[in-house]
Order: sequence, then C-alpha cells, then structure tokens
Amino acid sequence: MAELDTSSSGGKKGPGVKKGKKLSTRVDLTPMVDLGFLLITFFIFTTTMSQPTAMKLFLPKDTEKQEEQNKVKESGALSIMLANDGKIFYYEGTLAEDGSNFQVTNFNDIRSVIVNKKRSTNPEDFVVVIKPTPDATYKNIVDILDEMSINEVKRYALVEIFPQELELIKVAGGLSTN
Amino acid sequence: MPKVKMPRKSTFVDMTAMTDVAFLLLSFFILTTKFKSPEVIEVETPSSVSTKAIEAKNVVLITIGSDGKVYFNVSEENTGEKERIIDFVNEQKQLNLSDAQKAAFKRAGGIIGVPFTQLGSYLNLSAEQVSSFKEFPGIPVDSTNNELTMWVRGAVEAFKGQTMNLMVKGDNKAKYPSFQGVIKALKENDQLKFQLITSPEGVPEGTDLWRSNMAGVKNEEQ
Repeated sequence: MAELDTSSSGGKKGPGVKKGKKLSTRVDLTPMVDLGFLLITFFIFTTTMSQPTAMKLFLPKDTEKQEEQNKVKESGALSIMLANDGKIFYYEGTLAEDGSNFQVTNFNDIRSVIVNKKRSTNPEDFVVVIKPTPDATYKNIVDILDEMSINEVKRYALVEIFPQELELIKVAGGLSTN
Repeated sequence: MPKVKMPRKSTFVDMTAMTDVAFLLLSFFILTTKFKSPEVIEVETPSSVSTKAIEAKNVVLITIGSDGKVYFNVSEENTGEKERIIDFVNEQKQLNLSDAQKAAFKRAGGIIGVPFTQLGSYLNLSAEQVSSFKEFPGIPVDSTNNELTMWVRGAVEAFKGQTMNLMVKGDNKAKYPSFQGVIKALKENDQLKFQLITSPEGVPEGTDLWRSNMAGVKNEEQ
C-alpha cells in the first residue's frame, strides 16, 4: 500500500539465470495501525471519564416530642425558599408580620447572603432553613445543599414551607399559576 | 562513462512506532474504560462540589426522572436481596405473584417504575419488551399513596445486617414534590442517611470550603 516497487527487475544476472527473489522482512503495518486507532476511537467514545460523585444527606428525625426537637434561636436563622425559575426568597430571623424582611434573590447572589449572615451571627446560633416550594426543581435543591457545603454551613435543615410563606411567594410571582 | 543511477527512494514509512503508540493508547483505554450501564431512564444529574466516589456495592437506587416519575432498583449482583424484596412486597401487598414473575424481577436490568396494581403485568413482559417499554407510570409517591415506602421497607428487610447504600439519583428538571415523596418514604423507614448522585464540580474560589481545602483540612462530611 504505502510501498512502491523499487526492485529494479532484472538485468544484472543476465537472461536465463533464475533469480531467487529476495523477500523483504518488512511487514506492512498500516492495517494494524488502522485497526488500533479504530479500537481507540471506540473506547474513547464509550468510556465515561467523569465518575459520578455522591453527596451525603442526613435528615433529622421527625419527632413529636418537644424536648427532642432542636431549638433554633430565631435571630440566627436564615430561611431560604426556593421558588420557580431559580428565584430564591429569603428572610433572616422570623418573618415580619408585614413581610418587610422578605427578600428575593437568585442563585448567583445567594452565596453572599449566606456568607454575610454567617459572618454576622454567632456560629452556635447560625442555622439555615431550606424550604423548597413545589415549583423548585431537584437541581435547585441540590444546588442549595451544595451551597451549604461550599460555605461550610454546619447546620441546615430541609423543611416544609409554611402556607403563609407560600402565599407571600405567590404574591411576589415566585410560583407558577397552577 | 558510467551511467549515474539515482537510487529510487522507497516511500515505505516505518509503521512500527505508530503501531506502538496506537496500541499503548488502546491498552490504556481498555483498562480504564468502564462501560456506561444501559440506562432505562435518561437522567441528567445536577453537579456538586462533593468529591466522594459513589459506592458500587449493595446499592438501592431511587431514580427521579425529569418528569418527576420515581423508579426503584437494586444493583444486579444482589440477587438474594432482590428475591427477599419481592417476596416481602408480594406478601405485604398480597399481589399473588407467580414464581416466573418473581424471577423476572431478579432478572438483570429490572427497574421498577410501576404501581403495585400494574406490577404483575409488568413482570410478565419479556426482557426485550421491557427494554422497549417506555411509558412507565412511575411509582406513586404522593402523600395519600406512597408505594415507595413499601419498596424501601422491603429493601431494609432484605439488607438487614448489611450496609445498604441508599442512593437518590434525580434529574435536574424533576420538581420538588417527587423528591419530597422520596424523602417521606425514606423517613418512614427511618432511613435518614442517604446519598445524592451528582456530577463533580470545582469548588468556587474564595469560598470557605475552598479556603479549607487549600489549607489541607479534611472535611469529614464530604
């Protein structure tokens, strides 16, 4: 294939002399290379390079008993509500009657909110309460849990949203109409 | 005068080196490759900064599809546990499954994505029919009828005395109510530790975790 016939046929020994043709010991490796690369391509395409990782999640035990429940100091709490289209509503401490401390942000800015709260609060009291609305996607939840590990928030909880908060979010347009 | 004869240059290229390289790469890829397991449900997992590799043994996997449908399966090699799970569920729910139907559950690639009412007819399908079966209704996880609870209970019973790796693999677009249903099913069985399957992601610079990683602090939670 990649070889031209270079043996100058003939001449020297004269006519009539039977010539034992010297066979080359070189083997044409081109098909082998072809095969090799074909297999490489196959394995490159079928291989999964990034192995999935696991994120651990520990849930608190639901308990009816008052004394077993973890008490959260209200001032140290940051409630984060996940609404539709990656909108995040949050408030610090308790929700004001008139909803004045109810604020909206998004996934790009939530980190600074968490960090600010973390810096300004006594580490003992700091707790993040995550409340997904029915419009939150699984990605939103994993992202916010990831945010907890990124900012090294030691205490956080995934809890049900209150109807009152849901109402506020609805008013603010954080829920789909259905 | 003697004729000057220009030696004809050979166009033959020595392929040996190239073959060496090709086969070296080939052996590398053969050895490192891990085939993608054929997935019945396409799931696009979200990413997280977690670096912990997932466990491969004694896996009980709960999948949440992009449409919020919930599926349940147990890793292939745990055939004994699979048998106990299906026996347990059969008994508890009085499904009257035949031995052939139970065997179908143990069969490779058996993923459950149907309510108990349809389980019998689903297990009657042959392997080929299952692989082309696309319209899974999903396991109901709503508050009134959370059938996943029963499956998880079966798994807990079957894996008694062993460590069971409970994993949740959710799609980016799955909505919270499905995930909530899954959490509820796990909580009811006192399964409070589980793992979420994610794809790896770099830690953003300047954050607390980034700083402690730089300082070489090993985080136990990760």
